[in-house]
This record gives sequence, C-alpha cells and structure tokens, in this order.
Amino acid sequence: MRSFRRTPGTGDADGRDVRDDGGDLRDVAALAAAIGVVGASFGALAATAGMPLPMVVGMSLIVFAGGSQFLAVAVVAAGGGAVAAVVGGLLLNLRHLPFGLAMAPVVADRPLGRIVGAHVLIDESVAFARARGTGPRARRAFWACGVSFFLVWNLGTVVGALAGAAMPDPATFGVDAAFPAALVALLLPTLRAADARRVGLGAAAVALAATPFLPPGLPVLVGLAGLALAGRAPARTRPGEAS
Amino acid sequence: MTWLAIAVLGAGTYLVRLAGLLLRGRVTVPERLQRLLDLGASALLVALAATAALTQGDGFAGWARPAGVAVAGVAALLKAPFVLVVVLAAATTAGLRLAGVP
Repeated sequence: MRSFRRTPGTGDADGRDVRDDGGDLRDVAALAAAIGVVGASFGALAATAGMPLPMVVGMSLIVFAGGSQFLAVAVVAAGGGAVAAVVGGLLLNLRHLPFGLAMAPVVADRPLGRIVGAHVLIDESVAFARARGTGPRARRAFWACGVSFFLVWNLGTVVGALAGAAMPDPATFGVDAAFPAALVALLLPTLRAADARRVGLGAAAVALAATPFLPPGLPVLVGLAGLALAGRAPARTRPGEAS
Repeated sequence: MTWLAIAVLGAGTYLVRLAGLLLRGRVTVPERLQRLLDLGASALLVALAATAALTQGDGFAGWARPAGVAVAGVAALLKAPFVLVVVLAAATTAGLRLAGVP
C-alpha cells in the first residue's frame, strides 16, 4: 500500500525507496497468483482441445503471451487453420512494439539485457514497472515481474494441461476480473496527469467502439488514436496538481 | 496446432517485442516524441484495461466482470493495498456469478 501511495508514476521515482521493494514483491506475488491460475486454464483448454502435453508447455515457453495463446488454440479448435491462428495471435501482440519503444530505457541499458528482456515484455510487467516511474526501482520491478510471471505462467500451464478437463472453469473464481482490475490500480498514478487522462479516456472510448468491428488486438491498437488528445506538454507540475 | 505454427507465433511475437526495445537504442529520441511514446504506452494500457473489463470476443462481457473491476477501482482510489484490489475484483465477480449474474 505504501509503495503505491508514494509512487508518482510520472518518471521521478529514482530508486530512493529501496525499503519499498518488499512491498513491490508482495504486489508482484498477488498478480503472479492470478497469472498462474490463468496459465492453468490455458493448459487445460489446450489439452482438452487435443494438443499433446509437450506442445502445450512448449507454446507457453516459446510464445509467452497469454491472449494470443488462447486465441490461437481457439482458432485451431474451431477449425480455422494454423495460418489464421498465427496471424490472429501476431495481430494481438503488435501492441508490444510501442511498449518496447516506451520501455527500452527501463528494461536495460545494454543490448544484451534488452535481448533477454524482450521475452518477458508483457502487459503485466510493463504496467507494473510504469507504476514505479523510470528509475532503478522501475527496472527492478520489471525484472521481478518478468521472471516470476514467466515461471508461474509456465508452471500453471503444466498443472492445467495435466489436470485437463478436471480443471474447474476459472470464470467461477472471477479470475478474468483480476487482470483489468490490476491494470486499473497500476494506471491510477499515471492518470493523475491531465494529459494522460485525456489520452487514456480517448483510447478507451475508441477501443471499445471498435471492438464489435475489428479482429482481436486491433481495437486496443487503434486506441492509440487517443494520442490526438495529447495537446501540448504541460508545464512541469507535481502529479495530482495537473487537474 | 503444429510446432511450426507455435514457432512462427513465438518468433514473431519475440521480434515485435525486441524491435521496439532495440529501435529505441538506435535513435536519439527528442523530448516531444518521448512524451508521445510514454502517453502511447499509457493509452494502450488504458484501452487494454477497458476492453478486458467490458468485452468478451466482439461483444459485452456481462455484468459480473465489470462490476468486479468497478469495486476494485473504487478500492484502488481509496488507496487499498494492491493485493486487496485484485482479490476484491475476483471475489466480487465470483460472488455475482454464484448469484446467477452472467
């Protein structure tokens, strides 16, 4: 809790709050638990769709992008063919390109760190790190998230694939609400700035309006149109004063 | 599903992620563009939160999930601990579904 209240989220967290890393780790663990459950539901879904165990686990290890894995398995299960599954999954993951552009300085300074970090650049690790500014604390949060989410996602996949149809439906536990709720909590500090709020509201409106008409992944991308509301850079104010 | 499909999806996803990270190192980014990149990442995350909270496929997700997210959002505004926010979301949604809300 302390860790959240203190985090301005606009780029001036500079790692002074070393003692809050414990709180950060607890928050990482909370999100990791939800990701593990979703990983288990992916494993179960893929196994019951007839994918052999090594392939299910291999997919989680190699792709490590939950939304696109669900989508690809669902497309193939519906008889859509491998090409449609791959194209759909890639469309869904295109948003990671602008994430990479924005997050590069946080992930690592050297190319080697970025080459490793690229594999764990997922929505959750990006949102988590961004809520902790751009300093060393954000970098520690990114790597703690990336590594632990990778582990629990794959562990969950194995458990789910072994349990197969015996896995209860995760919707029963409301796990699908945990991810957007976590995003909301992580985005609140950023949204205290008036320009980020304008852009965010515009992005959400455009993405929601586009959802019935576009294939999965594209509505979020066209949400970038919200940048039209960016306006001019505000004079440097402390977060919270911008409104 | 085939191993080839998994390999292509995996390689493509990785290259998309890597491209952004490495491109940023190749060019010096003026402050104006840096601000737009930051705002763009926020915009994508907000759009992701909104669509994940409200939609399933190309339609409405039903009331249970957005209700859970709304309760969690209020808790987050009241500075509840992150763990509680996540648990509240799942518990509210699960409770509503138990009560028959889709």
